Amino acid sequence: MIGEDQPGVPGPLPLDSGLPDASFLTLLEAYGLTPRWAPLGPVDGLEVPEGTTVLALRYAAGVVMAGDRRATAGNVIAHKRVQKVFPADDYAAVAISGTAGMAEELIKLFQTELEHYEKIEGTRLSLEGKANYLARMVRSHLPLAFQGLVVVPLFCGFDEVERTGKLYTFDVVGGRYEEQDYATTGSGGAEAKSFLKASYHPGLDEDAALRLGIEALVAAAEEDTATGGPDLRRGIYPNVVTVTEDGYTVVAEERIAPIAADVVEHRP
Amino acid sequence: MTMPFYVPPEQLIKDRAEFARKGIARGRPIVIVEYADGVLMMGENSSGTLHKLSEIYDRVAFAGVGRFSEFESLRVAGIRYADLKGFSYGRGDVSGKGLANAYSQTLGQIFTHEVKPYEVEVMVAEIGLDPAATEMYRIEYDGTLRDIVRFGAMGGNEEQLTERLGEAVNGLTALPETVRVAAAAIEEIGENHIEPSEWEAAVLDRTGGRRMFRRLGPDEIEAARAAG
Repeated sequence: MIGEDQPGVPGPLPLDSGLPDASFLTLLEAYGLTPRWAPLGPVDGLEVPEGTTVLALRYAAGVVMAGDRRATAGNVIAHKRVQKVFPADDYAAVAISGTAGMAEELIKLFQTELEHYEKIEGTRLSLEGKANYLARMVRSHLPLAFQGLVVVPLFCGFDEVERTGKLYTFDVVGGRYEEQDYATTGSGGAEAKSFLKASYHPGLDEDAALRLGIEALVAAAEEDTATGGPDLRRGIYPNVVTVTEDGYTVVAEERIAPIAADVVEHRP
Repeated sequence: MTMPFYVPPEQLIKDRAEFARKGIARGRPIVIVEYADGVLMMGENSSGTLHKLSEIYDRVAFAGVGRFSEFESLRVAGIRYADLKGFSYGRGDVSGKGLANAYSQTLGQIFTHEVKPYEVEVMVAEIGLDPAATEMYRIEYDGTLRDIVRFGAMGGNEEQLTERLGEAVNGLTALPETVRVAAAAIEEIGENHIEPSEWEAAVLDRTGGRRMFRRLGPDEIEAARAAG
């Protein structure tokens, strides 16, 4: 991430007042530490790991977000146990499909940015503020998207002012769209979306929402080779999280495993 | 041509130190006390928004006394320092000692090079997963860096407060008892009664997940004090 032309961490302290705002990205830019990818041309021949299907849906208490565990590089399964769903902060989750290495860096930067702001200002960004910021980060990746390195996030959280869960999708040019009921992205996203469209109804309880999310991922895995379904033999299950009034919570694998096994067994 | 008056360097340093010390002694004190699950920092602060205590990083916290604008800029610089370091290397690489050193260097430089020294003192605390790993530092206006063992105080009446804490602090106690002891010492030495809403208190709590810094609200402070 840090190129040879960039300095290390400055010392003793970044006291200078040339940094007026509470943005971590601005701070990185001031020190020339911004993550940079500058491919010389289209990267068609380059097969880098890509993350595939992630989805989110609203239910009575908030939002559920889930992602499969597979990363592919061309026709090769690059990783079987990738994590694609991450906490953005205590009240928001972010999941990314697309070029895995860049997605990971983008998420780390986004997480640091939100925490940095929260510590300096003493208050969290609004949910919409977080979504807008993420859109700006995606937009800054646009030149790379043209070269084939696409990163598309999915963002959801609990709005602490309006007391409700919200979902946002993005496109490669940084467009930000608030979704009403459910959202998907990634190579198996279309399949997962059509499954959700047929089965979703508002006001689901948590158990039903978890099951629906896993069912949609299984449906996507059946149609899309880049999406990994639950691997019961190896004990690989989707990552599922909820964001509610109580904040970001990882749903324990012990709770996911029986649902996943049941879903797989009862697929038509 | 006018000749500048000659001022001996000893006198210059003495004047600057006296100036800074006077500014700091006017402020209300902050105490730091280690307890069973971490570190408690506490002081009187009638403002609910202009904080003297702050989160720096997962296991690192900050406290400042003296001129608000000056320790606020140190606080922000500390957060920047920690976030930059944690982002570039790893979250575990951000240490209280590194930050304390950086504060010491910076304050030392300001003391000798700037027109006016900073009228502040700051504390940095870091906790680990077991009590033996707790580190607490205090950095004075001229960059003097000391470490604190078990408890300490800075700001107005700090000597009497430290002495009082020495008598009152009895081993690593639970949080409510530690709050009681710290609050009683501050009230006793300051000879005033402080309302629950006029306290500012925060802990680094090793049972609290990744981000161990947590503020204590008036209700929690009142409940802790009433329990004794």
